[in-house]
Amino acid sequence: MSSLLEVRKLCAWYGATQVLYDVDFSLDAGRVTAILGANGAGKTTTLRALCQMVRTSGSIVFDSQRLVGKATEGVVRLGVAHVPDGRGTFTALSVEENLKLGAHVRRDKADVARDIEKMYSRFPRLGERHRQQAGTLSGGEQQMLAISRALMLRPKLLLLDEPSFGLAPLVVAEIFAIMRTINQDDGVSMLLVEQNARLALELADHAYLLETGRVALAGTSEQFKADESVRRSYLGY
Amino acid sequence: MEGVLHQIFSGLANGCIYGSVALALVMIYQSTHHINFAQGELATFSTFIAWALMQAGWPYWAAFGATVAISFVAGLAIQRIILRPVERAPVLTNVIVFIGLLVIVNALSGWIFEHTIKAFPSPFPQKSMLATRFFSAHELGSAAVMVCVLLALYAFFRFTPVGLAMRAAAQNPESARLVGIRVSWMLGVGWGLAAAIGAVAGMMVAPIVFLDPNMMSGILLYGFAAALLGGVDNPWGAVIGGLIVGVLENLLGAYVIGTELKLTVALVLIVGVLTLKPSGLFGKPVVTRV
Repeated sequence: MSSLLEVRKLCAWYGATQVLYDVDFSLDAGRVTAILGANGAGKTTTLRALCQMVRTSGSIVFDSQRLVGKATEGVVRLGVAHVPDGRGTFTALSVEENLKLGAHVRRDKADVARDIEKMYSRFPRLGERHRQQAGTLSGGEQQMLAISRALMLRPKLLLLDEPSFGLAPLVVAEIFAIMRTINQDDGVSMLLVEQNARLALELADHAYLLETGRVALAGTSEQFKADESVRRSYLGY
Repeated sequence: MEGVLHQIFSGLANGCIYGSVALALVMIYQSTHHINFAQGELATFSTFIAWALMQAGWPYWAAFGATVAISFVAGLAIQRIILRPVERAPVLTNVIVFIGLLVIVNALSGWIFEHTIKAFPSPFPQKSMLATRFFSAHELGSAAVMVCVLLALYAFFRFTPVGLAMRAAAQNPESARLVGIRVSWMLGVGWGLAAAIGAVAGMMVAPIVFLDPNMMSGILLYGFAAALLGGVDNPWGAVIGGLIVGVLENLLGAYVIGTELKLTVALVLIVGVLTLKPSGLFGKPVVTRV
């Protein structure tokens, strides 16, 4: 299997503060990889580094293109969609405008319209509220909107930053079920950052554990789930 | 009574021009949170370009169209070349750049086109059907032009992909980058539009105040007052603020304080709004979630 994303010796900084230290990982096409770790371990920063939203060094090769040094919008145009921390909703715009913006770089208008309908059938609540201001949606609906907006790019790789954050368990289950179908039916590869390790390992094939900006552990989800000491000391279940 | 009505209507006509200057200010403020102090001088320079084209024998509307197009490109170029390097710099740096631009453009106008006061033609002849009891032909015509500009802008922001991308970039630049919008270019387009609006305002006001390098300095103050009164982050507020300032200025000038002190109205409004209601009539008060 070819790897879609190869990250080598990735370092990242916020101002003068280094947050990531020589992080290595890779992601195979069509798979879901989880990045686990405690608060402040550098999970969000890893995603932000992939999109070149923070100062980085090292090498990131995505789909045989080097990402380090590119502008964020350039990375996105290669097919990397990012559902950011805090969801990044355009709160003053309507649900439909948010979806249209997700397809901003696409030129196939008819297909974009069809994809919007597809999102509405996948998340019927977005369809019911398509003219509503996005800021008035509930947290779960905004998360659905954020995922839909990212999918409107027709990405090769979807970066998800804590999709379960602040949501009721039922809503989380719904969203994770849909993420699974997106991965299986549409073949979208995913890099998933989660605090909820149990949930993430259910969905992911591979996982990396970050600890203070370094990869502490890597393996398949099965290995993570089987290792009781890892589960207890790092994953908290 | 007739006199009062006349003052009100002529105030509304002026107000359209103040409103569009305010709109140009708001357009840049919304996406960058900077007030472009050079807005007035850019508009003056644009008006000089129109004047030069007409001196060269161009018909009015051809010169008008060309000036708007040239101004758009010039505004875009100024943002790309002069302001992009200071995009992430502190506010004060930007203010200094704006003041530098103001002085440079003002000097350029004087150097190229000289300081002698010039008459600028109105496209709406005084004897035309447009003139009514309360409006002169030029007042009515310029108000109509300004309304067309507003409608065109509204349609642009509401119905075109670039307009949508600009709104997104102004609202949430980080998210906008994450959907692939070239945010920095959107700022450039915003500058281009502001310069184009300013050019129209300049060409509409020049027949009234006559053309010289300092033509817009007073108008810009009214524009500031209008933008602040309406709420500096609200385009509709800017227009309504412009109309209110125009009427107030005319009524107070005619009946209360006299024409010599008219400009004070703008200054009092600016200070008043900033002390009493900084968010203006229609602006959103800034609330930070902690």
